Amino acid sequence: MATQSLVGTKNRAGQVVEDPWKMMHEAERTPCFFTGSEVIKEAIRRANCDVMIAYPITPQSEAAALIGELFAEGFIGDYFRGESEFAVMSQCAGAAFGGARVFTTTAGPGTMRAMENFPMWAGARLPIQMIVTCRGINSPLSIQPDTLEISYLLNTGMLVWHAETAQDFYDWILKGYMVSEEPDVHLPLALCCDGFFVTHTKDVVNLTPADMCLPPYDPYRSPVPCMDMECPPVRMMRDPFVMKSNYISYATHASWQQEVWAAIERSRKHAIRWLDGLIEVDRPDAEILIVSSGTAVSQGREAQALLEEDGIEVGIVKIKTLRPWPGDEIREATKKAKHIIVPEFNVTGWLAKEIRATIDDGDRVFAGPHVCGGMTMPPEVIAADLKKHLGLKSESLAGRGS
Amino acid sequence: MSKERIKIAPEMFDIMPEEYQDLVERATYGKDGRGWKDIGTSKELIEEHSLCAGCPESMAFRYILASLPAPEDTVMVGSTGCTSLVFPHVGVHNIHSLFGNQNAIASGLKRALSVRFPGQVKDVVVLAGDGATVDIGLDMTLQAWFRQEKFTTICFDNELYANTGGQESGLMQKGFVAKMAPVGKTFEKVKLPEIARESGCHYVVNCTVSKPNLVEKVIKNAIHVAREIGPTYLQLYTPCILEIGKNSMEGLQEMRDSEKPTERFAYKEYVSDEAKELLTELAAKEKERKAALKKQLADKQAAEKELAAKA
Repeated sequence: MATQSLVGTKNRAGQVVEDPWKMMHEAERTPCFFTGSEVIKEAIRRANCDVMIAYPITPQSEAAALIGELFAEGFIGDYFRGESEFAVMSQCAGAAFGGARVFTTTAGPGTMRAMENFPMWAGARLPIQMIVTCRGINSPLSIQPDTLEISYLLNTGMLVWHAETAQDFYDWILKGYMVSEEPDVHLPLALCCDGFFVTHTKDVVNLTPADMCLPPYDPYRSPVPCMDMECPPVRMMRDPFVMKSNYISYATHASWQQEVWAAIERSRKHAIRWLDGLIEVDRPDAEILIVSSGTAVSQGREAQALLEEDGIEVGIVKIKTLRPWPGDEIREATKKAKHIIVPEFNVTGWLAKEIRATIDDGDRVFAGPHVCGGMTMPPEVIAADLKKHLGLKSESLAGRGS
Repeated sequence: MSKERIKIAPEMFDIMPEEYQDLVERATYGKDGRGWKDIGTSKELIEEHSLCAGCPESMAFRYILASLPAPEDTVMVGSTGCTSLVFPHVGVHNIHSLFGNQNAIASGLKRALSVRFPGQVKDVVVLAGDGATVDIGLDMTLQAWFRQEKFTTICFDNELYANTGGQESGLMQKGFVAKMAPVGKTFEKVKLPEIARESGCHYVVNCTVSKPNLVEKVIKNAIHVAREIGPTYLQLYTPCILEIGKNSMEGLQEMRDSEKPTERFAYKEYVSDEAKELLTELAAKEKERKAALKKQLADKQAAEKELAAKA
């Protein structure tokens, strides 16, 4: 691999290029007490990024501005504020077409405004990384945490990962580039987290050394040519398929889409290696499982402890990647479960629907508490809903009418 | 990218596509003073197109591609519309992504190329229709100019949405009856050249493509100014003969009629002081180059004559 030969060389900021596996798994880690936004900055400091394009929208504004500081310090090749998320995502596409490692961040309405770009990114095989700090997308105006926007990303052809903690975020930003830039993947990554809960809270995060960075992106390890006029141009076709209504045209478009989804599948092996599996299971033998992604998993863990006090054993399944979807892993992890409770921070319960469609005997899935609009999800609510579902008596919780 | 980069191993030459062989053998990559007169000497940048017979856009496309100062280091950005039917035939890297986002794509692209190839020429040229430039993409068109992005924006102004069947566009003339303007367009043609000037473009031209010499000149000027100074804008009238009820042979006349001094495509130009200085400098260099070539030719002829006399 061309990138490996650069190990030991220095980048534009004077950081030493390290073997990414060693950097993430063997390098000494320093604990820091940072907000999620600061963690994003620290990950990008070590990501050897060429271009970052920013736009202010809560709750990602702080991270996007902090990366501007990295640019001023010489860690990023170029950085600017675009005029809207639609434009920003197109600017990111332009930079990626030109062979740059690209980073951006967005949230809620910004994700929705930019949506037209995402299937284009995937179709053009641009390995852009976009942080999605999820927030409400409904009217009346909301800036509160809500994960509904993730469901819109699931069918774009992007890789979609859902980080639970700031530590996940730190590691997965760096690992994300390694997975999405593999030539047999080469797809954009939406790295999602629950806005505010992760971005605006402080946590202890173990950082890799600041003088160490990922190898630079090699745009020539790509399944499609980089648009830099450094490889020979070809006339792609005599008749653009867009104008043809015939079988060859349909087959071309169909196979192109199928290839995008095949690439998501091919990312599976890389993601398993880098993320140590697509899911994480605690107490797989429990009859009751809490299965979720993002910070709902953290709340599930607290509920697990509460329920244990009442003598109810509950296991936890943390889903790390939504695309690729860990179907086999979820089937295996839930095969002994009699009750599967899926807490979520959105109104539709999209994750519960996905899980129900994945496993045998989908009636085992209880789409319990799906809070939204910025509502918090106290572990007591998960515990109470679970008990209610099981027909057990639970204490009345204020304001919930239970 | 030099012509060296595209060389084919001799053993493989015969199995390469004809277009590629031609690109290697006859492309005008790296040729000083390439221009519209080179059209027809090689397949290189565009040989065929899938536009309507007689479409002025096809002429404009050829003039533009022949006039790029450094096609070997030029990336073009298109948009959805009739131009997107031609780009797949074009022998320079080109990007189509979405409708209307061409100046956003070009902004990111130019930044990336500047980061990756510092100090090297990498020209970015946007070529899109008036719907893409002025209607759906106006925000991104203007914002790229405000930010002083260093690329050229070319708008093929056919005064309507041609590819979707002749609907009203912002650059359509007031009163024109079209689809979606059933009682005639109710507002004036958007004055984008003036807006371009006020938005920070350093070189702005509004004209037709009836004269290849002129097109060559403005394309070269626009690209050189964008390369060195900042954004440039060309609005070229490429009438959609189909949608304005003309025949294949009438495109050229339509352009000639529209560029008369009192008409909407009378030649209009704005050049910033900085750009004027640059263009004067480039013109002097070009004059020197031509004089040197002339001298070289004269010396060669004289030497041959001398040799012949000796023999």
